[in-house]
Amino acid sequence: MARHVIAPVDEMPPGTRKFLEIDGRPIAVFNIKGEYFGLMNRCPHQGAALCEGPLIGLAQSKDPGEIEYTKLGEIIRCPWHGWEFDIRTGQSYCDPRRFRVKAYPAHVEPGASVVKGPYVAETIPVKVESDYVVVEL
Amino acid sequence: MNIQFRESQEAASPLTTKTAIADCDIHPARATRTELYPYLAKRWQHHLEVYGVHAYQGMMEGPPYPKAQPNASRRDAYPPEGGPQGSSLSFMQQQLLDPNNVQLGVLNPLNTGQGIRNHELSAALCSAINDWQIDKWTSKDKRLKASIVVGNEDGLSAAAEIRERAGDKNFVQVLLLSRNVEPLGQRRYWPIYQAAEEAGLPVGVHAFGFGGNPITPSGWPSYYIEEMVGHSQCQQSALASLVLEGVFERFPKLKMVMIEAGFGWAPSLAWRLDKTWQRLRSEVPHVKRPPSEYIREQVWWTTQPMEDPERREDLFDVIKWIGWDRLLFATDYPHWDYDEPSRVLPAGVSEANREAFYLGNAKKLYGIS
Repeated sequence: MARHVIAPVDEMPPGTRKFLEIDGRPIAVFNIKGEYFGLMNRCPHQGAALCEGPLIGLAQSKDPGEIEYTKLGEIIRCPWHGWEFDIRTGQSYCDPRRFRVKAYPAHVEPGASVVKGPYVAETIPVKVESDYVVVEL
Repeated sequence: MNIQFRESQEAASPLTTKTAIADCDIHPARATRTELYPYLAKRWQHHLEVYGVHAYQGMMEGPPYPKAQPNASRRDAYPPEGGPQGSSLSFMQQQLLDPNNVQLGVLNPLNTGQGIRNHELSAALCSAINDWQIDKWTSKDKRLKASIVVGNEDGLSAAAEIRERAGDKNFVQVLLLSRNVEPLGQRRYWPIYQAAEEAGLPVGVHAFGFGGNPITPSGWPSYYIEEMVGHSQCQQSALASLVLEGVFERFPKLKMVMIEAGFGWAPSLAWRLDKTWQRLRSEVPHVKRPPSEYIREQVWWTTQPMEDPERREDLFDVIKWIGWDRLLFATDYPHWDYDEPSRVLPAGVSEANREAFYLGNAKKLYGIS
């Protein structure tokens, strides 16, 4: 499993997402309230660029008339057919048995460890004193 | 150490080796509110500014149900130059026509002049939409063909519009909507069928329309999802009316296309009609043959929505009844329930049937060589 340095932390503030292609795979990395998540940017249903959809919450109901809205900003909704996936896990909420979008662990590493490796820096010049968003795949 | 790195928006390759397809339901949109004005007499421009349009459906500001996505469209379909989804030819070429190797694209404009109470305004708006389709779309990209939009509630002016456009190769069908003031077999609509038959043009019946009736036969529902499935109920009653009022009997060369209402329900509707017709035949003696015969001979069906049963064999059974020669592939671009051509048909279909499904049937029906 290779670890890819994809951006300095200052370039990915909370609420932003970054699209890139690594080894021919379209990937999106999100910063949600300081936590980082990586997802394959392709909907397993019909192949849309899934991560271009809006981030919403999860509406659930135990009984008709009772609606619970949780995981605000953690559910990605496909820009085509509205299928919902949990960005933490890639779990589908429409058909969890058959559909899951590949999730990639993403986190922040200090420049010193990134320079040491075993990381693949993209076209980003890496400095020891910075922190970097790193995705594993 | 660097590896290949680029933005995902650039990832889609412009090169395609995909098989050529027809897309029988594309929705072109107007970029601005006044885009039709150059095609409308001053009298109607002023009328729109002062009075607006009044549909049969009361209390209506916008569609009766909120849609699942803005403008009921794919979120990635906003043209880069601005304007609503479906309003840019160059972006449609780049996003739909080129990458999917669309050889024939049939335009079905919505929110036109259909179903408007003022019949003169309705006719003027429909005619304007037809001019606009040529100017903005079909004359600029020969893959695109237009549907003749007609003021459906006034059969005579609708027939006049069809006759005026007949023979114009920019147009390949007449467009009606499924929700009208009355069921589609009623006599007020017959001049439309007569003119279409004379012109050799199929009549497409697209889901939607504002006829003033509830979307479902059991009243106004609560949710958009009920409207979505209500299209098939609406199309069923329209088709039953066409058969039982004798439209197919009276216009034997008429071809109807059921657009955007599914087709899984077709066999059961035909079976019920046949059985009931055997018992109540004397009520409708003008229906000379079992209803299923008219349906199988004179009706075509677009995909999107296509039923998606758990067992693909169930889908194949339905298609076998309808006929592999009766289905027309459609994406419904740019709408949110868009079907991706390469992902829509399950495995296990013969090469000949795939070709008919994706292209051959449409070219034959619409007379495209």
